[in-house]
Amino acid sequence: MEDRKIRVLVAKPGLDGHDRGVKVVARGLRDAGMEVIYTGLHQTPQQVAETALQEDVDVVGLSVLSGAHMTLVPKIKELLIENDLKDVLLLVGGIVPEDDAKKLMADGHADRIFTPGDSIDSITAYIFDWFKQKAES
Amino acid sequence: MQQLVEDLLAGNRRAAARLISQVENDDPQKRELLKEIFPHTGRAYVIGVTGAPGSGKSSLVDCLLQQMRSESLKVGVIGVDPTSPFSGGAILGDRIRMQEHALDQDVFIRSMGTRGSLGGLARATREAIQVLDAFGKDIILVETVGVGQSEIDIVKTADSTMVVLTPAGGDSVQTIKAGIMEIADLFVVNKADLPGAERTTTEINLMLDMKEDNRWRPPVLCTVSVRGEGIETVWESLKEHRCFLEDSGRLMKIRRERVRRELTEQVEYLVKSRIWDRVKEQIEFDSLVEKIVLRRRDPYSAAYELLEKIAFYGEDDKEGG
Repeated sequence: MEDRKIRVLVAKPGLDGHDRGVKVVARGLRDAGMEVIYTGLHQTPQQVAETALQEDVDVVGLSVLSGAHMTLVPKIKELLIENDLKDVLLLVGGIVPEDDAKKLMADGHADRIFTPGDSIDSITAYIFDWFKQKAES
Repeated sequence: MQQLVEDLLAGNRRAAARLISQVENDDPQKRELLKEIFPHTGRAYVIGVTGAPGSGKSSLVDCLLQQMRSESLKVGVIGVDPTSPFSGGAILGDRIRMQEHALDQDVFIRSMGTRGSLGGLARATREAIQVLDAFGKDIILVETVGVGQSEIDIVKTADSTMVVLTPAGGDSVQTIKAGIMEIADLFVVNKADLPGAERTTTEINLMLDMKEDNRWRPPVLCTVSVRGEGIETVWESLKEHRCFLEDSGRLMKIRRERVRRELTEQVEYLVKSRIWDRVKEQIEFDSLVEKIVLRRRDPYSAAYELLEKIAFYGEDDKEGG
């Protein structure tokens, strides 16, 4: 019998050390029945991409509170594509100004940006919807 | 599928990752895949790392990785963490301590959730080991979930098992209890800079003195993994244990036992799934359930009756079983 679980890598790329948010999100995803791989602070884009590859995740969630999202997110997306992981859903959470968020999504660097005020439920619902659509297509 | 196996054998990391997912997800093609890779397995040496939550298993694995890599050995790591029995989700955090090796192309790290298995390993850990073995890893380190006293599946899976303890883990009665204390080929008292390390070491040694079969006496080693202290000795001892197993013929014995167990499990699985398919085909199954709910039947004789019918069915069936 198939026993498929959604695997999510949640990572904190770059130099910011604020990990409470990412831990709350990780826990929320766990409670929604997902397998959450957490790799700790200060990850380089290369580490994120390689971990996503080895762990064969469906989703990568980046927590960026440092303001470096316009550099880190496109770089990670590029490396994911290099690793043949273009189908991985790339989500970003953190302090991202609206214009930046629009640009990241428009340029295809991120699938969705979540900012303060978004609920955990909206994140899990987004992932479940995406996963369902992917399975059907 | 064939392609995936070929890619794996050619050293493609993505193929390894995807194959592990397939065995883990109980993919319909799982058995076929495992069959394909089996001829390429049996070369890796499997080391188990077990111990209480927070005893430092991941940090020790990280330190050992460094030792092994300095000898240019290719290493696979499987880190198991518990799946929630309530939500089915899991937080897999073993990698946090190993990220220094994340970009090393000859190290492959994979996290697994237990997914309902209670013995300290994930349900598909053994299959994942096969994948990494065929992938060409010389050594596979398997880190169990943080265990209590009796989750000892690792001993059936690993060639050498290392039990990690910390100082002040209880009185001497703890060391003579059954279970985890009996499976170690090597004891590591980690965080040995904390008070009580000496007493813990002494108590384990006292317990070992009582053991009669002392052809291999498990060494009791102290480490401080955050400072990398004592790691070389651990690695040397693991190598000694491997030599002991090989020279004494025990390795073959252990592996033969493992094959016996796996073959038994495979047969049991097939018998069970075939019988079960038949049982579910029976129209009476649901109506029997209803009758039992209403207390008109009892489950004991009903089960017997169902099996009788299946046995009869089997006579003129296409493939038997």
